[in-house]
Amino acid sequence: MTTQSDKTVNKEDAKQLLASTDIAVIGGGVVGCAVARRMALEGASVVLIEKGPDILEGASKGNSAILHTGFDAPQGSLEWECVQKGYQEYLDIHKSFNLPLLKTSALIAAWTEEQEEKFPAIMKKGYDNGVTDLSLLSRTEVLKSEPNLGPDLRAAIRVPREYVIDPWSTPLAYLQQAIENGGQALFNAEVTGGAFDGNTWVLNTKRGQVKASYVVNCAGLYGDILDNSALGHSEFTIKPRKGQFVIFDMAASRLLKTIILPVPTERTKGIVLFPTIFGNITVGPTAEDQDGRDDASVDEDNLKALHTQAIEKIPALANIPITATYAGIRPATEKKEYQIVEDSDRNWITLGGIRSTGLTSALGLARHVHDLLQQQGAQFKALKSPSIPMLPNLAEHLPRDYETPGYGEIVCHCEMVTKREIDAVMEGPIPAGSLGGLKRRTRVTMGRCQGFYCSARLAEITQGKLSEPLGVEDE
Amino acid sequence: MNNTLKRDNCDVAIIGAGPAGLAAATALKKAGIESVVVLEREAEAGGIPRHCAHPPYGIREFKRILSGPSYAKKLVDEARNSGVFIALRSTVTKLEQGGHLTISSPEGMKELTAKRVIIATGIRETPRSARLVSGDRAMGICNTGTLQSMFYLKEMIPFRRPAIIGTEIVSFSALSTCKKAGIQPVAMIEEAQQPTIRWPIYHAARLFGVPLFVNTRVAKILGKDRVSAIQVADTNQTIREIPCDGVLFTGQFTPESTLARMSHLELDFRTGSPVVDSFGRCSDPTYFAAGNVLQSTNKPMHVPFYYKQDNLPQSVDVAGTCWHEGKVTGEWIANDLLSQQPSPPEKDK
Repeated sequence: MTTQSDKTVNKEDAKQLLASTDIAVIGGGVVGCAVARRMALEGASVVLIEKGPDILEGASKGNSAILHTGFDAPQGSLEWECVQKGYQEYLDIHKSFNLPLLKTSALIAAWTEEQEEKFPAIMKKGYDNGVTDLSLLSRTEVLKSEPNLGPDLRAAIRVPREYVIDPWSTPLAYLQQAIENGGQALFNAEVTGGAFDGNTWVLNTKRGQVKASYVVNCAGLYGDILDNSALGHSEFTIKPRKGQFVIFDMAASRLLKTIILPVPTERTKGIVLFPTIFGNITVGPTAEDQDGRDDASVDEDNLKALHTQAIEKIPALANIPITATYAGIRPATEKKEYQIVEDSDRNWITLGGIRSTGLTSALGLARHVHDLLQQQGAQFKALKSPSIPMLPNLAEHLPRDYETPGYGEIVCHCEMVTKREIDAVMEGPIPAGSLGGLKRRTRVTMGRCQGFYCSARLAEITQGKLSEPLGVEDE
Repeated sequence: MNNTLKRDNCDVAIIGAGPAGLAAATALKKAGIESVVVLEREAEAGGIPRHCAHPPYGIREFKRILSGPSYAKKLVDEARNSGVFIALRSTVTKLEQGGHLTISSPEGMKELTAKRVIIATGIRETPRSARLVSGDRAMGICNTGTLQSMFYLKEMIPFRRPAIIGTEIVSFSALSTCKKAGIQPVAMIEEAQQPTIRWPIYHAARLFGVPLFVNTRVAKILGKDRVSAIQVADTNQTIREIPCDGVLFTGQFTPESTLARMSHLELDFRTGSPVVDSFGRCSDPTYFAAGNVLQSTNKPMHVPFYYKQDNLPQSVDVAGTCWHEGKVTGEWIANDLLSQQPSPPEKDK
C-alpha cells in the first residue's frame, strides 16, 4: 500500500531499511510495472522502486499507445516473441481490468512510388512473423473506409489487428495488481548504488535501503547508468531519442478511424497518425537523437513540420485546432534489438533498450523475466486466485463517469473529468504524485483549454498533494 | 434556490450564463416568452466577469461603474427576477437537429428539447500548446483567465515572477491582477513593433515597473519541474534569457465553440465560430449564437501585422457588447416565436 507520506523524501533516513523482498524492480515505467505484476502473481514478494514522484515519469509517458502485432519486428528476435506474448496476454486480461481496446486496425500507407515498392517485402516480413492477415488495398479501396486521406495516397497494407489502448491506465493496472497482491511501491527513491553479498542485494536509495534476493533493472533511460553503478559495467549505452507529438482537437476524430503507419525505415517506425483512446487524433513521433535523458522539451520547428505532414495526409485537419503538444524520450541504444542482460552470478537482470514496442511487449517481457529467474533457481508458488483491480474507464468510446449520477461536479469541462474521479485517484491505492500523474489517471487539463477554466479549482482540490503544486505558496 | 433542471422541453434554451446568455434570457422573459432555461456548466452563474474583479463593468447596462463580480451578480439577479430558470452544473454534451440537447448533471444525464437554442458559450485565450511555443512543459505556464480565477475565486497564485506574453486589453487586466495579488512580472513580451493596446500598456508597464520588450518573441521556455527562465529572441535572432517562475500567455482569443464544432452545425473555420446569418441564426435555424462565441472577420479589430490573413486573432468583445448582442438576439427570437408569422425568410445560401 502506497501512502502519501511515502512520496516525501526524508534525507536523514538514507540508511534506514525500507523493505526486504524477493524481487526489487527498479523503474516505474510500463516494463517495471508489468514485471512487478508478473512476479507478484508468481507468488514473489515485490518492491518497485521509482526515482520520480509517480509511475510513468520517464519514457513511458510519451508512448504512442498502439497495441502492436509485431508484423515488422526483427525476425526471430526476443522483441518479436515478447510482442506476440504481450499482445495475446493483453487481449486475455483487459476486460477483467476494465481496460479499453479500440479496434482501429492499421494501414501502412504508401505516399510515393518508392514506398509502394517496399510493400512486397513488408508483406513477406509480416507473413514470416506470423501476421498472416495482412492485405493489400488500392487507393480506391482505402478511401472507402478512410475518405479523408489526401491526394498523394497510392495504396496501403491493412494490418487488421493493430489496436489502440490506454497508454497510462494499462501500466497503472499492472502495478495496482502487484500492490493488491502484496507488492509495494516506493517513490522518490532513486537507486544510487548497491552491493551483493553472494546471496542478497542491499540497494541504496535516496530514501533508505532495500534488501532483495533478485534485482530487475527496468530503469529505461537510466538503465546503463544503474548497471554501471551497481554492477560496475553496462553492456549497452542509452542513446536518448526524442519523439514529439501534436494532438488535434476531438472534432478531428470524425476524420480518421484507423492508425496510419508509414513505410518504416531501418531507424524508426516513422511518423504515425492515430486516433487516441481519448477521442483525439495525434501525429508523431519525430525521431531526434539527443544527449539529454530528461530533455522532453518541444520545439516550434518540429511541431510545425509535424502539423504540415499531418495536413498533407489528411487535408481537413487544417480546419481543426491543436489541443496539445508533448514529447517523449525513447531509451534507444547503439543496437536495434532489446538489451536483455543477465548477471546470474549476482542475481541481476537488466531489461534495456525497450523502445516503441514496450507497451505491447511489457507483459511478454515480464514472463521472460520470470523464466530467467526460474533458470537462476528462484522458486515461488504462484497465487491461486489473485485479486484483480478494476480501473476507471477513460476511453471516449465507452461510458464515462460523467454519465453516471452522483459525480459531484465536473472539474475539467474540456475532457469532462468529474470531482468523483479525481477524489478516487487521490484516495486510491497509488495516488497521483504529480500533476502529470493526475492527468494520466483522469485526463484532467489535457483538453483544448489546457487548464484555462479548471486550473483554479484543481489547484484548490490538489493543494498539498502534488510534488510540484499548481499554486505557489505565499511568501 | 432550486437549480436543478426538471423539465424535458422549453421554449428557449440558452447555453452559457455569461453576459450574452443572461441578457438574452432576460429579454426573452420580458417579451413574454413562457419557459426560458439557461444551462450553465459551472456551479455559479455570471461567466467570466465573476473573476474580473476590476471595473469598469455595467456602464451600458446599469448606467453605473461596477466591478466584474457585482456586475455578474446584477445580471444573474435581473434574469432570475424576470423568471428565467438557471440550471447550474448542467453541461450540454451534444447538440442535435431540431433543438434537441443532451445534458450531463450531477443528478444524471438529461435531455431537453427547445423550440430555439442560443449558443452563448463565450471565448477563451489560446494556451501555450496551441501556440506551438518551444521549450519545457513545466509548472507555472497559464493564461490570464487561470490567473484571475485562481486569485479572485480561490485566493491562490500560480507564480510570483512571471513573464507576460502579449499586449492586448486582457494583458493590461493581467498586469492589474498581478499588482493586486502581489505578483511582480519580470517582463512584458510583444512580437510586434508596438503594443497591441498602446497607451495603457506603456503607462501600466511603467507604473508597475515591468520592462516592455517589443519586436521580441518567446524562443524557449526553460524549467524542469517549474519554469526557471524564458529565452526571448529579437528581430536579429539575438537570444536573451530572462529568469522567471512562470509564463502568462495573454489574449489571442478563440471561441469556445467545440459543441458546435462537434455537431451538425456549420462552422466558419477562419474564426472558429458557428456560421450565422444577420439574425444570428446558425445553419440549423433552431440554433442561434450570441456574444463572444460569435466572432466575425467583418468586425473592426486591431490586427497586429504578424498575423496572416487566414489566421486572424480574435477580438474579444467587452461584456457590454456581448450583453447588447444577447439582448437583441433574445428580443428577435421572442418576436419570432410570439408573432404567428411564418418562419423568418430562408437563410441566404
